[in-house]
Amino acid sequence: MNKVILGLVLGGILGAFDGMTAWFTPAVRNQLLGIVIGSTVKGIIAGVCIGYFARKVRSLPLGILFGLGIGLILAFAVAAMPNPSGQHYYFEIMLPGAIVGMIVGYATQRFGLAPQPATQNVRGALPR
Amino acid sequence: MKISDSAIERLRAAAESPDLDGTRYRMVGKLGQGGMSVVYRVEDSVLDRQVAMKIANVPDGDSDLAARLLREAKIIAQLEHPGIVPVHDVGTLSDGRVYYTMKLVQGERLDEYAIRMSTLPERLRLLQRICDAVGFAHAHRVLHRDLKPQNVMVGPFGEVLVMDWGLSKIVHEAERAAIPVSTLPQNAQTPVDTTAHGAVLGTPGYMAPEQERGEVAAISERTDIFSLGAILQFLVRGLPESSSHVARPRVLAAIAQKATAESPSARYQSVADLSADLAAYLDGLPVQAYPEGRLGALRRWAARNRVWLLLVLAYLVMRTILILWRRP
Repeated sequence: MNKVILGLVLGGILGAFDGMTAWFTPAVRNQLLGIVIGSTVKGIIAGVCIGYFARKVRSLPLGILFGLGIGLILAFAVAAMPNPSGQHYYFEIMLPGAIVGMIVGYATQRFGLAPQPATQNVRGALPR
Repeated sequence: MKISDSAIERLRAAAESPDLDGTRYRMVGKLGQGGMSVVYRVEDSVLDRQVAMKIANVPDGDSDLAARLLREAKIIAQLEHPGIVPVHDVGTLSDGRVYYTMKLVQGERLDEYAIRMSTLPERLRLLQRICDAVGFAHAHRVLHRDLKPQNVMVGPFGEVLVMDWGLSKIVHEAERAAIPVSTLPQNAQTPVDTTAHGAVLGTPGYMAPEQERGEVAAISERTDIFSLGAILQFLVRGLPESSSHVARPRVLAAIAQKATAESPSARYQSVADLSADLAAYLDGLPVQAYPEGRLGALRRWAARNRVWLLLVLAYLVMRTILILWRRP
C-alpha cells in the first residue's frame, strides 16, 4: 500500500472512530451521523495530505509535526462551525484531531511504500 | 671513519630492499613484514599510482613458498568484492622471488578505528559489512581463517576491507594434511601478524577451538563465524563509557555466544545467518540466537513502537478526559 492510500485509509478509519466518540456527549448524540461523516471526510483529507507529504519528505519528526499541523487546521475549520445551539467545541474537536493527525503522520512515515527511483542503465565496463 | 647508526640503518634497508629492475614498479618504502612475506609500498610506473607489493621473504626461489604466495594471490583474485582488497598483478623478481601487487589501502585498522566509533549500531553495521565480504568469500568456497580487528581496514571514506588472506583456504580442497598450530606466547589482545612457513598462526581469542587444536579437517565456514563472533565481542566490549548502554543486552550476548559456541554445529551455519541476526537486532526484531516468549515479544514490540503507543495512549486519555469533562 503506498503512503497516500495508507494515509487515506487510516485517516478515514480514525476520523470515523473519532466522530463516533461523540456518542458519549449527550448534547450532540442526535447529530451523530453527520458528525461521523464529517469527521471521516476530515480524516480522509488530512490522511491524503499527510500521505503525500510522507512521499516527499522522509523524516519521522517532520511527518509527525506535519500531521499535527494539518490535524489542527482541519479540526479548527470544523470546530469553527457552531452546532445548532450556537455552541463551539474547539477543545473536543481540535485536541483529538491534532493527535489523530500525528498518528497518521507517524504511520505514513514508518509504513507504506515509497515510490521507487527510476532504474538506471549501467554501462560502466560494457563494450560499445 | 665512524658511520652513524642511521647511515647503517639506511644501508641495511637498501641491502634488504628487493631489486625491482625488470618490473614496472619503483620502490617507495616498506609497509610491513610477516614470517612468509614482506609488503612494500611501490609506484606503478605505467599507471602512475602507488600500490602495495607483497614479496616472498625467502630469496632462494623456495618453490613451496612461491606456490603459497601465488595461491594466495589467485584466491584473492577470485574474490572481486568491494570489501576484499583487489590483486592487480603477479610476477617474479630477478632474484626468483614471487610477488603480487594489490590495492594500497590507506586507512585505519579496525582496532584503532573502533576507538572513534561511539555508538553500538555504528559498530554493528561495520561488522555487517565485514560479514558481507566474508560471506562472499564463503560463497566462493574460500575461508579466511585469520579474521581479527587487525586484519580489517577502514578507509577514509568508511570503506571496509578485509585484509591478509595469507591463511585463506579453499573449502574441501584436496590438501588436507594436518598443519601444526604454533603455540603463541602473546596474550589474547596481541595481534600476531607473522605467518611462518608451514605453520598456522593466529591471534588467540579470535581462533576457533578446532583451529587452535589443529583439527584441519574440522575447519569450515563456522571457523570464520567464530572469529566474527569474537570481533563482535571486541566491538561491544570496546564501547566508550558514555555510550555503553546497550539495548537488549541479553539478545546481543546471545548472538555473540551463538557465533562463538565451542562446537561448530552450535554456531550459526552461515555468515548470512549471523548478519541477518545482527540486522534483526538493529531493527528490534526477533533474532535466531535468542528465542523469546510471548511476554518478551510483547515487550520488544512495545519498545519498537514506543512513539506509536504513546500517540494512541495520548489520544485515548485526551478523549476520555474530554468525555468526562462534558458529562452533565
